Amino acid sequence: MDPAVSAVRVAVREAVHTLSSCEDGDRVLSTLGSLKRYLSGAESPAPPGEQEEFARVHFAAVLRCLAGRLSPGWLELGADDGLEELCASFFLEGPADQAFLVLMESIEGAAGPSFRLMKTAQLLARFLGAGRMAAVMEGQCRRLGEPASPLLQETLLTKVVGLPDRLANRLQRENLDAFLPQNYFPLLAEEMVRVLQAVVDSLRGAVTLCPSLLVPPNLEFMLFSLHPSPPTVPHRPEVLSRLLGNLVIKNKKAQFVMTRKLLFLQYHHSVRARTPMLQSLLGYLAADSQRRPLLVQALKGLLETWGSASAIRHAPLEQQRYLSKAVLICLARLGEAELRDSRDELLASLMAGVKSRLDSSLPVVRRLGMIVAETASARLHPEGPPLRFQYEEDELSREMLALAAPPPADDSPVEARPDVPLPCRLGPVAETKTKRSIGWGDDELVPYDMSGDQELKRSKAPTYVRDCLEALTSCEDWGRWEAALRALEGLVIRNPAAAREVSVELAKVLLHLEEKTCVEGFEGLRQRALVAVVVTDPAPVAEYLTTQFYALNFSLRQRMDILDVLTLAAQELSRPGRLPKAPQCGPPGPAPPPGSTVAPAWRTVVEERIRSKTRRFSKGSARRGRDAGPNQFNVVAGYFFFPLLRHFDRPLVTFDLLGDDQLVLGRLAHTLGALMCLAVNTAVAVPMGKALLEFVWTLRFHGDAYVRRGLLSAVSSVLLSVPGEQLLADLPDELLEARSWLADVAERDSDEDCRTLAIQALLLLEKLRDRLLALAAP
Amino acid sequence: MAASPLPPPDPRFVLRGTQSAVHALHFFGGAQGQGHPLLLSGSLSGLVHIWSLQTRRPVAILDGHQGQCVTWLQTLPQGHQLLSQGRDLKLCLWDLAEGRNAVVDSMHLESMGFCRSSVLTRGQGKWMLAMPGSGSDEVQILEMPSKTSVCTLKPEADAKPGMPMCLELWQAESSPRPLLLAGYEDGSVALWDVSERKVCSRVACHTEPVMGFGFDSQKARGVSGSAEKALAVWSLDEQQALQVCKTHELTNPGIADVKIRPDRKILATAGWDHRVRVFHWRTMKPLAVLSFHSATVHCVAFATDGLLAAGSGDQRISIWSLYPISSDSSTSSLGHVEHREVGAHALA
Repeated sequence: MDPAVSAVRVAVREAVHTLSSCEDGDRVLSTLGSLKRYLSGAESPAPPGEQEEFARVHFAAVLRCLAGRLSPGWLELGADDGLEELCASFFLEGPADQAFLVLMESIEGAAGPSFRLMKTAQLLARFLGAGRMAAVMEGQCRRLGEPASPLLQETLLTKVVGLPDRLANRLQRENLDAFLPQNYFPLLAEEMVRVLQAVVDSLRGAVTLCPSLLVPPNLEFMLFSLHPSPPTVPHRPEVLSRLLGNLVIKNKKAQFVMTRKLLFLQYHHSVRARTPMLQSLLGYLAADSQRRPLLVQALKGLLETWGSASAIRHAPLEQQRYLSKAVLICLARLGEAELRDSRDELLASLMAGVKSRLDSSLPVVRRLGMIVAETASARLHPEGPPLRFQYEEDELSREMLALAAPPPADDSPVEARPDVPLPCRLGPVAETKTKRSIGWGDDELVPYDMSGDQELKRSKAPTYVRDCLEALTSCEDWGRWEAALRALEGLVIRNPAAAREVSVELAKVLLHLEEKTCVEGFEGLRQRALVAVVVTDPAPVAEYLTTQFYALNFSLRQRMDILDVLTLAAQELSRPGRLPKAPQCGPPGPAPPPGSTVAPAWRTVVEERIRSKTRRFSKGSARRGRDAGPNQFNVVAGYFFFPLLRHFDRPLVTFDLLGDDQLVLGRLAHTLGALMCLAVNTAVAVPMGKALLEFVWTLRFHGDAYVRRGLLSAVSSVLLSVPGEQLLADLPDELLEARSWLADVAERDSDEDCRTLAIQALLLLEKLRDRLLALAAP
Repeated sequence: MAASPLPPPDPRFVLRGTQSAVHALHFFGGAQGQGHPLLLSGSLSGLVHIWSLQTRRPVAILDGHQGQCVTWLQTLPQGHQLLSQGRDLKLCLWDLAEGRNAVVDSMHLESMGFCRSSVLTRGQGKWMLAMPGSGSDEVQILEMPSKTSVCTLKPEADAKPGMPMCLELWQAESSPRPLLLAGYEDGSVALWDVSERKVCSRVACHTEPVMGFGFDSQKARGVSGSAEKALAVWSLDEQQALQVCKTHELTNPGIADVKIRPDRKILATAGWDHRVRVFHWRTMKPLAVLSFHSATVHCVAFATDGLLAAGSGDQRISIWSLYPISSDSSTSSLGHVEHREVGAHALA
């Protein structure tokens, strides 16, 4: 055995023993001092052979021992003599890869928050700050002769890449800034540049290197490191190309990361960074003819996922948005010929996707389907008639459509663009100036905007409810028809008695009313009139409407109108202070004695006198609280609520709530929840709550997010509206079941709104329990 | 050309408080002594309000028509005198000098129609008045202030133009003979030579009654509005023959009043559709649609400084300031206006 080897081993073993057991500060210090000799750059260094042996075999053990000893008591031993600094120097000056691994290991191994954990984390932060990551990478590149074991390299890589996640997991709220991804990855990128520079320098010096660490899997964090710098957006695909070359084609793992992982899953970054990242990634794939097949492949994969019904149902909205963007960018970057080759396949998945998306009850999903379908069909089928959907332009659609525009042919310098409009702008200015100087000619009178000059509609509005009814049913004069529609709400409200005589008939006419001529705000007018009719005569009209809800010959639109009208009417009925105050008709008690009529007079006189003599600095609110009155909804809530629950599980030919018409089912669930909520403080609330919980229970695993949202809000409204004692007395089992279901949804549901709603319902349950416990305790 | 048109203008300010529909408006240009212009308004309830345009409050309210609608207001150049015509079949002459507001004279009208009268200043405190006469299709001409009936203008028996609807007395620059323009119920406009008592020319401009017209004596050109959906522009040639130059289609039917601004740049119409329309007078190009009122606009009036007032059935008077009069052009035209026009716009 080499004497140097054994000498080092003996010395180290002794030192480690001392360090791990000794409580004497001086001895600890002197031991550390003697070990320090083995580190390169020490004052009186040990022979190179021993140094090398120490670095190769023993360094990690010493570090582990030191990391294990980091406790307040131990550091106190040599506090005056810089024991802590001395320890740190081992981590910061020794072989960087080992120090890094030991630090990570001891952080991850820590049982929980502790002094040692924090010290180690701070040490790691110092390690990063001192630029030691460059040393880690360089160390891997420079391993001459003896290549590091692939396993070790792999571990090292995983730890380097995963550092932010690991530390965030471990430190939770105590996390340090240096470990946040937005700080860490740029740092890492800088270090990489430094290392690359060093590699280049040494290549010039013809030293053999193996830069293998720097290439494949670092890709992911390279991408991260690149994206927080907006000014470089247009250049990023080129940067990527330069950095990665054709790596995606050669390396399976890189291909996977680039075409699957990043494209499909990395949607949870900040909104700002997401689109640029997609742009650069797909731009990179499109930039080289060898990589373009991958782009086509990626598009196929994307469209397939985009169009899969199960993905639409289960994927979070953010991801769907991200996927749609990726599809659009792909389409913009692919040429006609490439698309034509795989047109059938692409069209098939597109059509399937459009269909399932348009079926969805979430507006955003439908909107995404429309936008992508329009753009994609225009690209895939340029010769066919253009596909057009009706949707309102908003921020999302504008952003998406901007993505669909093909990228600029070459990267013309952006700085040049602002100059372009200048000459154009100069033109008109000069022109007006010359005109001005000539003088105020006759033709200088600039007209004002006259677009508001429309024809005046003059048609006499009916003045009686019955006239309205007649005008709406049998009128051929459209001016009168429109005037009747506009007047109806006001007439019904003003003449409740007259409206009550024809209420059901009115409701029937309004429900079947079609927009025969273009009337501005037709839907709103019809709805408000219907609401007014329901409010005027709640029981019969609500009964009529609820039976019609399950009748055969109605469109989904009409059924949803029924639900909306019922909700709005219930809201109006339950609004406190709705009725004008009833006139005070005589004192109910015995008549006052004849003499007492004088009393109010002197009282007012006195009060007046007091008021005039009293100075008030501020007046408290003089008005009393709202006059209490009966909740009008109380009497009729049942008419609104129970018939709606009657037939939901019995499909009709035209109406299948549990099948295709899930949108209406979702609306029904929301309506029932709203009715429940409005029935607060009414006698019928308990049976309503019970029925509603049953309804929720049968549908709780419904696949549509909108339906689930409705159910969850219904549960919340049950919890809010039904008195707690009653709930517990009458529905204990239902509550328990609901609770476990809610907990499950709160954790696992794919839809964010569903999760939030479930959490809200759970909180309500908690509150209920606390209140009941507090009541029961004393 | 500007890319987007100017947004529709808003009124400069609004006068409220007549408490009934406004049927007549007249700017009282502010006589030499008192600088502030006044606005006179006549209302359905028979009151005449005199508004200060500075304080925007009524300075006086004249009650002389027994609660009947005031249809026409006109000030005379001499001595702060005001003529008001009411539906109580009376034409009152008011003295407004030095804060007085008393009826100094009144005349009985024979006609039950809505025709507004017209005056022509003849100098030396004399003026001529045209008003609807006793026969339904007659116009009566009086020499004032003596109230001497000069003549009665009666259309020929076979003409049957119906009632006169609006009148304007004027005098051509070249001859001292007074002329009368009258719009009739059948939609025609006729030019009378008052001294000869005969119709010089008559032209059918509209199919509905002429409700009001504006006449530019310098250019011998006028524009009339009626109950129908169009404005008609007509002109007078050297032979004093009227001819229709063109018609201008409107969005909504019904024009209650037409006025040309004293500088003859623009004209305004009062519409039954609650809107005031402003046109370029030379080209008849539409310039603005002033939608502020919520009921029929009954009358419009221009002040010498270019202010436009509109009175409406919604009991409000809106004051607008559009296309300011440039100083050079206004002074050049003002001289003519003073002579030709009835003295309505520039009070000496």
